[in-house]
Amino acid sequence: MAAASSSVRAEAAPRKAQNAPEAIASFTTEEELAAYRQMLLIRRFEEKAGQMYGMGLIGGFCHLYIGQEAVVVGMMMAAREGDQTITGYRDHGHMLARGMDPKGVMAELTGRRGGLSKGKGGSMHMFSKASQFYGGHGIVGAQVPLGTGLAFADRYRNNGNVSFTYFGDGAANQGQVYESFNMAELWKLPVVYVIENNRYAMGTSVTRSSALTDFSKRGQSFNIPGEQIDGMDVRAVKAAALHAAEWCRAGNGPIILEMQTYRYRGHSMSDPAKYRSKEEVQKMREEHDPIEQVRARLLAGKQASEEDLKAIDAEIRAIVAQAADFASHDLEPDPAELWTDVYK
Amino acid sequence: MATNVLMPALSPTMEHGKLTKWLKKEGDKVKSGDILAEIETDKATMEVEAVDEGTLAKILVPDGADNVAVNTPIAVIAGTGEDATMEPGPSAPPADGRKNASTEGGSPQSDAKTAADSPLAPEAASGEPAQPSAPEIPAKTAMATMTVREALRDAMAEEMRRDDSVFVIGEEVAEYQGAYKITQGLLQEFGERRVVDTPITEHGFAGLGIGAAMGGLRPIVEFMTFNFAMQAMDQIVNSAAKTLYMSGGQMGCPIVFRGPNGAAARVAAQHSQDYAAWYSHIPGLKVVAPYTAADAKGLLKSAIRDPNPVIFLENEILYGHSFEVPQIDDFLVPIGKARIAREGRDVTIVSFSIGMVYALKAAAELEQAGIDAEVIDLRTIRPMDSALIVESVKKTGRCVTVEEGWPQSGVGAEICARLMEQAFDYLDAPVIRIAGKDVPMPYAANLEKLALPNVEEVVAAAKAVCYR
Ligand SMILES: Cc1ncc(C[n+]2csc(CCOP(=O)(O)OP(=O)(O)O)c2C)c(N)n1
Ligand SMILES: [Mg+2]
Repeated sequence: MAAASSSVRAEAAPRKAQNAPEAIASFTTEEELAAYRQMLLIRRFEEKAGQMYGMGLIGGFCHLYIGQEAVVVGMMMAAREGDQTITGYRDHGHMLARGMDPKGVMAELTGRRGGLSKGKGGSMHMFSKASQFYGGHGIVGAQVPLGTGLAFADRYRNNGNVSFTYFGDGAANQGQVYESFNMAELWKLPVVYVIENNRYAMGTSVTRSSALTDFSKRGQSFNIPGEQIDGMDVRAVKAAALHAAEWCRAGNGPIILEMQTYRYRGHSMSDPAKYRSKEEVQKMREEHDPIEQVRARLLAGKQASEEDLKAIDAEIRAIVAQAADFASHDLEPDPAELWTDVYK
Repeated sequence: MATNVLMPALSPTMEHGKLTKWLKKEGDKVKSGDILAEIETDKATMEVEAVDEGTLAKILVPDGADNVAVNTPIAVIAGTGEDATMEPGPSAPPADGRKNASTEGGSPQSDAKTAADSPLAPEAASGEPAQPSAPEIPAKTAMATMTVREALRDAMAEEMRRDDSVFVIGEEVAEYQGAYKITQGLLQEFGERRVVDTPITEHGFAGLGIGAAMGGLRPIVEFMTFNFAMQAMDQIVNSAAKTLYMSGGQMGCPIVFRGPNGAAARVAAQHSQDYAAWYSHIPGLKVVAPYTAADAKGLLKSAIRDPNPVIFLENEILYGHSFEVPQIDDFLVPIGKARIAREGRDVTIVSFSIGMVYALKAAAELEQAGIDAEVIDLRTIRPMDSALIVESVKKTGRCVTVEEGWPQSGVGAEICARLMEQAFDYLDAPVIRIAGKDVPMPYAANLEKLALPNVEEVVAAAKAVCYR
């Protein structure tokens, strides 16, 4: 695989503008409604998961995606069948956006046999071969070499697929990320590195952990282009995702998308969130909420009425209620499952 | 319908909490997401959110109530339009917290051959005899009750006061006060020069710490958990453990790698692993795994002063357990010495860290059955105090080992080998190893329980080696 000359690369490097208006593709009514529905499903699902954790139905660690919905929903709008998805432990939203069954996701959270990993993986470790979803990883940063390997396989088979590899601002400081970047560019692997910069890694803010806080530039020493995107605006995310996927499919190698986003809830359920103010969270929710933005546009453009949106709301609540009901009543795995799946 | 608000579980190992303060009063209207009350766990202050819309009909647990078990009803919410003075709702409180979670809502628990004893909820300090053979504690020493968490913190603070070259480095150790609150207060006392928050770069900061140790400092490297130290294993094994040898004795590496090791609760395969056997394989490393708070304190202080790299394996579930700790200035426990936790004549049970919980409970049950077990707490895995085990087996003629790690090449396997070599003629039965099952840790509550050792298994093994 020949490397492109750097002058060609410099020209080909995509725009860097943040929030540039031309970056925001206008959505059709169908797209707006689809995004609204998907984001709302993730929000309501995660709220329910939080409640079920408090009731003791979900154990261990549980990392909610609330606030970050536009990232995965916008990205998935550009994904094709066959493209792979891989992420860390904050993974429920990725699975729902990938179209995986909310019942299977919730039942994995409660550790039941109907869960996506038969109850053996839990919140942080879920997979679906059918949906090309490769997890669900509990070790921060470990998914980055894995996602790069998925792209290697795509390139090897020349199948035109792209690996969407998601990781956090905290994970971006792992050494293995840079080993992956080097190989991905060297071998021109079709991988979109989606850095979900939600400003915190547990209790450590980006400025307290990162010498260079512009994560879109983290690929510079490897000549990997990058963009900063408003990750609270699903249209901006989708536009960037489409462009990045095309870049990869055209054989240009990897690309980095830094999604500027925010998590409303604690890192996991056991996080007292003392490292930021309530006002900071409140301000984000009020001024940048990804779901409210779509809702406001739909109403302002008279693309949907309050009643239409209420109906969607009710429909989503019913889906989530069914998932929760299934996940609380499904059986625990058969004890014989203890010994299965160790070797093939 | 009226619904009970239950004391929520806010961390994987939370069993009790304090209801610090109500933010709503009886009669207040609440909607989903409203903060009802603040609760305090041993780690943090957290908020209880309303799940349903309605009126706060009745507060069942008042401000300031301590030791409220998870899943105890703490208030009643009446649905809109209901009588707000009604009796508590119908959902009866599950008796013992989250262990019953899977039966809530009538969900049938599959018919697992589960142990009656949950290894995850041992009573704090219950049945723990005052260390009968701990030569480092003189008779009539004044004792104070403290948790393993406090003991570890005190050990670090004392050594940092004593020696300016000692510092702590790791993820969330400073401003956050430690992911498991072991470094609580250290930043405030010693400042950011000596209590250092790192990015998430295990391989990087382990290497940096080793370099600092080679340069003459005495780093305490905290791994948030040892699961994440696998990324740093190359540095620990190839740099920390071997450099002294490779430099012909010129370059020392006085460093402590510490943090929680082994299974916590319901955190599944990648976060539930016992590394005692792994590190104990490496010449050049010392490996310590205390059970009691006194040993945690005395051994950590010794580890910090040791000129070699020491792997100090803690256990998250034990952090909140209380024990008696001697009030001695500069209390040190020597590395490499096991301890007889309970004297007995019939069978020797050897364990360490949380395995001691099963071992001691089993010994108590065996007593009922007329079997007098001697329980040895290894405390240090490498160098292993074989002499004490051999001495005990010469007396009892029988041995059972207990650990949460996997059986193959485990600590128990090593003990078996040493007994074959050093006490073969004294053995009246083959040694039995009780270990974690040979599978990755499953997430499901029932399977997790099956994967871990339990008291019954230890009791059955002890009876088997006694041919009873
Ligand atoms: C190698 C490793 N180190 C530490 C941890 C503990 N840990 C879990 S999540 C996390 C913070 C990660 O933050 P970030 O990458 O920004 O992702 P976010 O949680 O914000 O989605 C840490 C330190 C871990 N799981 N793996
Ligand atoms: Mg983050």
